[in-house]
Amino acid sequence: MAGAITTHLSDKASIRPKHTNESPVVRVVLTVVALLFLGLIVVLPLASVFVEAFKRGADVYVASITDPDAVSALKLTLLTALIAVPLNTIFGVAAAWAISKFRFRGKNLLITLIDLPFAVSPVIAGLIFILMFGAQGWFGPWLDDHNIQIMFALPGIVLATTFVTFPFVARELLPLMQAQGIQEEEAAASLGAKGWQIFWRVTLPNIKWGLLYGIILCNARAMGEFGAVSVVSGHIRGETNTLPLHVEILYNEYQFSASFAVASLLVLLAVLTLVVKTFVEWKTAQREPDGERSGEQHAH
Amino acid sequence: MKGSKARSVLPGFGLSLGFTIFYLSIMVLIPLAGVFIKTTGLTWDQFWNTVTNARVLASYRVSLITALSAALANLVFGLLVAWVLVRYRFPGKKLVDSLVDLPFALPTAVAGIALTAIYAPNGWIGSLLVPLGIKVAFTPIGITIALIFIGLPFVVRTVQPVLQELDNETEEAAVMLGAYRWVTFRKVILPQLIPSLLTGFALAFARGIGEYGSVVFISGNMPLKTEITPLLIMTKLEQYDYAGATAIALVMLTASFLMLFIINYFQWRSNRRATTE
Repeated sequence: MAGAITTHLSDKASIRPKHTNESPVVRVVLTVVALLFLGLIVVLPLASVFVEAFKRGADVYVASITDPDAVSALKLTLLTALIAVPLNTIFGVAAAWAISKFRFRGKNLLITLIDLPFAVSPVIAGLIFILMFGAQGWFGPWLDDHNIQIMFALPGIVLATTFVTFPFVARELLPLMQAQGIQEEEAAASLGAKGWQIFWRVTLPNIKWGLLYGIILCNARAMGEFGAVSVVSGHIRGETNTLPLHVEILYNEYQFSASFAVASLLVLLAVLTLVVKTFVEWKTAQREPDGERSGEQHAH
Repeated sequence: MKGSKARSVLPGFGLSLGFTIFYLSIMVLIPLAGVFIKTTGLTWDQFWNTVTNARVLASYRVSLITALSAALANLVFGLLVAWVLVRYRFPGKKLVDSLVDLPFALPTAVAGIALTAIYAPNGWIGSLLVPLGIKVAFTPIGITIALIFIGLPFVVRTVQPVLQELDNETEEAAVMLGAYRWVTFRKVILPQLIPSLLTGFALAFARGIGEYGSVVFISGNMPLKTEITPLLIMTKLEQYDYAGATAIALVMLTASFLMLFIINYFQWRSNRRATTE
């Protein structure tokens, strides 16, 4: 659901005999229309971020991203991701292990429940934590008595971010580990390997690239989350502003160049994520020349 | 899923499943249950009046129509992009393929301000459309464009693998029997793509209904006209009307859970068909 690595662009399907292919004119027209569409919807916004960011010169750009508020937003964003991503990574590995290596009742239900956060609007993801920990929430009075601040502070931002990025690692690992089956682990177990040994020596090497992409994608979403964090942050400048929120504040103050300058940092994060994805696809294609046939290969 | 109930020789079942269920419960299930419990604090009349208020109804309409139009646009263009990527060869194909994932990776707020800059009356495309009398930014068209951006990868990435694995034999047979290319596409290829197209459409639609970050900048947020439901929840929260916000959230949650179960049912069915074949 979150762009799992399921496709390897191979030449297999693109080399076709004439009679099962369109005429050259149709091919060119379709390709041009598809590229125009992508250009209009995807490339143009990307380009516009950098054009707008540098509209008032490199000085303004540098000043905008080294502004103390921007730096503290960057720090908060990094800190949030540093807590949320490892949590969801541990969960993702545990969930994928349980689901792919064992049979049990209610497995499909569990998979659907893991997907729930994908189906929830980011705004509602923020709202649910206000209902629990806000001043009028269930734990609100108790937290207040004990002087613990969760909403409009770091813990709230981390909670909302963790919720929104909850399924990413699990969703990335699940198809991969289901395709790999359990033969290798069983072989290791019958040779006397202990639990963690099996995981570190057999499973992890098999899933490392998929895991890496899951973590990177989870991280990109964690650093870029806007709606959910917006609800729980309280927008205190220099304190509870993450990078995306800082972009919004600058934009609403009509400081467009500064806003796009900070946004360009987030674009770099997105581009880096795609580079890692391409690298991971290349790595897995190398390992398994025939794409998704891994299940059968291991079965022999 | 059927077959022997033999005990697995692999360790860690209790630990991994236990942790999975524990973490799922405290992070997702219990917080979400809060919405349902909080709503029970309202009487039925209060609840009904909140969720059928004129401004709220207008926001459902805006959200539904824009998410539906965007998902339909993605159905057509997503299929086209997947088709071109799988079946044709052209320079820079790898780069184009990875660009499709950009909407997954780009923070929604960044997409929002970038699209607004382009489609605003003084933007690159907006300024071209002004003489034609077309306004995009701050209208439902703008919301739709933001949702097309957000939903595109869902359709492409669900259709692409199916298209890739399609076997040539049926296509060959159609040609042998004298079918024209268009007829082959409509009668032979398209039916095999329908389940994945439906899944992609539903995913894009579900995501579009809940989307917030990319929409708030380009929509202009005028009540009754361009106000989406998530924004209305946000507005109520800012006014400390938690009960009202929760009531609307409940309506949205119910709708999106329904979508999720339909999507998983589709995926489960197509997986089952794939394994039985």
